[in-house]
Amino acid sequence: MVRIPETAARPSAPGPAPDAGGRRLPRTLHPVAWWIWALALATAVSRTNNPLLLFLVLAVLGHVITMRRTEAPWARGFKYYLYLALTVVAIRVVFRAVFATGITPHDHFLFSLPHLPTPDWYAGIQLGGPVSLEALLSAATDGLRLACMLCCIGAANTLANPKRALRVLPGALYELGVAVTVSLSVAPQLVQSVQRVHRARRLRAGRSKGLRALRGIIVPVLEDALERSLRLAAAMDSRGYGRAGTATRRSRRATGALMLLGMCGLCAGAYGLLDATAPVLLGFPALGAGGVLCVAGLRLGGRRVTRTAYRPDPWRAAEWAVAGCGVLSAVLLFSNAGFNAAELNPSVYPLGWPTLPLVPAAAILLAGAAGFLAPPPSPPARPAVPAQRAEELT
Amino acid sequence: MITFDQVTVHYEDTAEPVLRDVNLTVEEGELCLVVGHTGVGKSTLLGAVNGLVPHFTGGTLHGRVTVDGRDTADHPPRELADVVGVVGQDPLDGFVTDTVEEELAYAMEQLAVPPATMRKRVEETLDLLGLADLRHRALHELSGGQQQRVAIGSVLTAHPRVLVLDEPTSALDPTAAEEVLAAVTRLVHDLGVTVLLAEHRLERVVQYADRVLHLPGDGRVVSGPPAEIFRTSSIAPPIVELGRSAAWSPLPLSVRDARRAAAPLRARLGGTLPPPVRPAPDTDAPDLLRARGVTVTHRGVPAVREVGIDLRGGEVTALMGRNGSGKSSLLWALQGSGPRKAGSVSVGESGTSARDPGKVSATEARRLVGLVPQTPTDLLYLESVGQELAQADSESAVGADGVPARAVLDRLAPGIPDSTHPRDLSEGQKLALVLAIQLAAAPRVVLLDEPTRGLDYRAKGALIDIVDGLASEGRAVVISTHDVEFVARAADRVVVMAEGDVVADGATGDVIVASPVFAPQTAKILAPLPFLTVDQVASVLAAPHETAPDA
Repeated sequence: MVRIPETAARPSAPGPAPDAGGRRLPRTLHPVAWWIWALALATAVSRTNNPLLLFLVLAVLGHVITMRRTEAPWARGFKYYLYLALTVVAIRVVFRAVFATGITPHDHFLFSLPHLPTPDWYAGIQLGGPVSLEALLSAATDGLRLACMLCCIGAANTLANPKRALRVLPGALYELGVAVTVSLSVAPQLVQSVQRVHRARRLRAGRSKGLRALRGIIVPVLEDALERSLRLAAAMDSRGYGRAGTATRRSRRATGALMLLGMCGLCAGAYGLLDATAPVLLGFPALGAGGVLCVAGLRLGGRRVTRTAYRPDPWRAAEWAVAGCGVLSAVLLFSNAGFNAAELNPSVYPLGWPTLPLVPAAAILLAGAAGFLAPPPSPPARPAVPAQRAEELT
Repeated sequence: MITFDQVTVHYEDTAEPVLRDVNLTVEEGELCLVVGHTGVGKSTLLGAVNGLVPHFTGGTLHGRVTVDGRDTADHPPRELADVVGVVGQDPLDGFVTDTVEEELAYAMEQLAVPPATMRKRVEETLDLLGLADLRHRALHELSGGQQQRVAIGSVLTAHPRVLVLDEPTSALDPTAAEEVLAAVTRLVHDLGVTVLLAEHRLERVVQYADRVLHLPGDGRVVSGPPAEIFRTSSIAPPIVELGRSAAWSPLPLSVRDARRAAAPLRARLGGTLPPPVRPAPDTDAPDLLRARGVTVTHRGVPAVREVGIDLRGGEVTALMGRNGSGKSSLLWALQGSGPRKAGSVSVGESGTSARDPGKVSATEARRLVGLVPQTPTDLLYLESVGQELAQADSESAVGADGVPARAVLDRLAPGIPDSTHPRDLSEGQKLALVLAIQLAAAPRVVLLDEPTRGLDYRAKGALIDIVDGLASEGRAVVISTHDVEFVARAADRVVVMAEGDVVADGATGDVIVASPVFAPQTAKILAPLPFLTVDQVASVLAAPHETAPDA
C-alpha cells in the first residue's frame, strides 16, 4: 500500500484550545441546541429596547462565540454579521434624520437638514427639517434591537455547522437538505471554473470585458457545470440515492394530502390571528390543527424514507443545558417577575440615562452560561492545503 | 457474477448500435480489463453493468444483463447500489458531501445500514485504503490520487460484489495512478471483489488482468485471457508490441516476465547502435525563446523558482514532473498570460525584434507564443466548428499572407465538418481544433499543457505526427506531460521540474533512462541497451543480419 506523504507534515501537537472543558471530552454540540439557544435569546431581545441590556446581549454573544466556535469556514463569519448590524443601525438613524417627524419644544435640537417641499398628494411624509437628539436616540436603540436579533442568528450560524443542521431535517424534507448541500459544494467549483475560463480568454486574445466577452465565459462555464451535474446525478444514482424503500402509492398520496391540508390550516390560522375581525375559531384552533396535520404528514413521509444517519449528533445533558439556559432567559424577560416592565423600554422623554434592571440583566447573563455549559469543540482538523492543489486552483 | 446475454445497445442519435449481440460472463473475483479505442462503447459496456445504461443515459438495450442474479431491466442503478460500485474518471464529480468520513458513509446511509455497522465499516475502509490520516479533511483539499482512493472507498463501504472503474487514473499523475491501481489490485486479491476496469494507459494495468474484454469497434466484445487477446488486438501497450515484434510466446505482460524472455534479444541487439527515434534537430537553428530567472508565486507560495530555459526552433521539448511541480505555471508565464513575479522572457530571434510576450497586448502575445491549456474546451464557446475557426481568423487578423485556421485544422485532423458542434468532437479532435485556433496566429513557439490526458494510443500517435509537423516547420514546441512512453517517441529534449526548480534538462534518451522508475517499458526490458521505443527494436530486427558483432 502506498503511504500518504502528508502524514510527515502533520503538526506534532494540536494548538492548545482556549478551554479544555475540564473533564469533558471535546465534541460538537447538537446544532439544534445552538439554534434553540440563539432563537430564544433573539426572542428575549425583541422584548427590550434598553441599550444597556442590548449591549449586554452583544457581549454575551461575543463571549459564547469566542469560547465555543470551531476553526471551520462558517465559524469565521460572525464579524460579517456585526458589520451588517452596524449597517442596520446606521440606516435606521439616517432614515430617521432624513424623514424627520418634526420636533417638539422640549426636544434637544441638534441640527437641521434643508427642508424639501413635497407635493400635496404626498403630504404625509416630510423630507428634511430639524432633527432632535431624542429622535436619533430612539432610532438608534430601535436599530440596535434589530441588530442584536440579527447577531443572534449570526451566532447560531457561527456555532452550529450548517450542514449538520440540515441533517436534522425530518426525513420527508431530506431531498431539500441534499439539494442545499450539493449546491454549497458546487459553488466554489463554479467560481474556479469561471477563473479558469477567464484566464484562458486571453490566450485567444478575446475581449475580457463587455457583453461579447460574457458569452465567451458563460458558455464554457455552463457547459462545464451542466456536464458535471449530469455526472454527479449519475454518481448519486449509482450510490443508492432515492431508493424507493417501502413506499406505496397510497402512503405517498396520504402524505401529500396531509401536508396540503396542514398548510391550509397554518395559513388560515395565521390569518385568523392577525386579522382582528376574523372569527375566533380561525385563530389558534386552525393554527393548531394545521400544525398537527403537518407533523403527521412529515412523519408519514419520513416513514417511507429508509435511510440511516452516520454518527448522528447525540442529545445529552449539555444540549439540554444550552437550550435550557437560552429558553429560561427568554421566559424571565417575558415573565415581568421582579422588575418593572417599563425599565425594559426606557423612554427618551425626558432624556435620561437608562437604568439596568437587575432580573433581566441576570437573565441575559444566564444565557451567557452556554459558553461553558457546552462542551469544548473538537480541536481543529489539520488545515494545510497541499501545494499542488493550491497551484491547480490558481 | 455478471452476465450479458445477447445484449445490443442502441442510442437514438446513432445509426449503428454501440454494442451488438454481446454475450459474456465475468466470474466472481476476476479483474477484467476493458480495452478499445475512444468511442467504441467501453463506457456503454461498463454503464450497462449497473443499469446506468439505459436507465440514466437513454437508448435502448435489447437482451438481458444480470448482476448477482438481478436483472438490470427491473433494477435501476439505485437498487443495484449494494451490488455494484461505480467509480468514474474525475473523483470530484461524484462527491456529494464535503469531508472524507462523510463521503465514505454516504452510500451506506442511502442503503439504511445500521449506524453501528456503518461506523465499523468506515473505520475498516479508512485503513484498507490508507485514508485514516485524512478522515476529517475536506475533499477538495486532497490530491488527485487521494481523492480517487476516497471515491473507491466510498463505494466499497456498501460492500459491493462488483466494482466498475471507468478510467480511474486518466486524470492523475503517474504516482497518483500507481497509488490507485495498487489499491484496486489489493481489493481484488484480499477481498475477492470482481473488478471491471477500463484504462487507456494499458502498460500500467495489463499485468494485473485476469481477463481482457476487447472492443474492436464494430459493436462486438471479444473476451479472453490477456496473452491471447493482445496477440491480435489493435490496441496494445509497448511491452506487448515488443513481444509481438520479437515473436515471444507466451506473450509476456509484466516487465519482469519480459526481461526474462528478452535475454536472447538483448544478446542479438548487443552490438548494434539503435537508430535515432527522431531525426536529430538542427543544432544551428536559432533560439526562439529565451527565459531567464522566471519566478511565479501563487499567494506567496513559489510555484516556479528562477527558471531559465532556451527553446530552439525545430526542437520538441517535453516538460515533466509531478502534479504541482510548476509545469503549468511555467508555461503560462512563458506565454505571458499567466502571472510572472520576476525574470524576463524574450521571444523572437535575438536582436532588436525580440519581444516580451508578458509586456505586449494579448493579440501580440498570441502571435509570439501559442498555448493550448489543460482544458482545451475553455477556449470554445461558439455553436459550430466553422464559427470557431472564422472567429479565430478574425481574432488573429489573418491577412493575405496568413494561413486560415480551416486549412490548419484540415492538416492536423482532416475531415471535421464545419457544422459539427465543438462539444461533440472526441478529445483528440477538440485538441486539434484548439491547436488550429492558436496556430492561426502563426506563433513560432507552441506550448501544449498536458495534451495527452485522456487520449488513447491512436490519438497519441496522431498527436506525435502533429508535433513532428510543427517542429519541421521550424517552430519550437513544448509539451508538458506525465506520459513517459509518449515522451520517448515524441520529444528531442526533456526538462524535469520538481518544486518549481528545473532538476534535469537534456536529450530525451539521457534524461528518461537515467531513472528506472520513469523509463519507458522498452528501456526497462532491454537495459542496459539504449533502446527507447519498440520501433527502434523493430527496425533493427527488420534490417538484414549484417550488423552482427565482430567479436
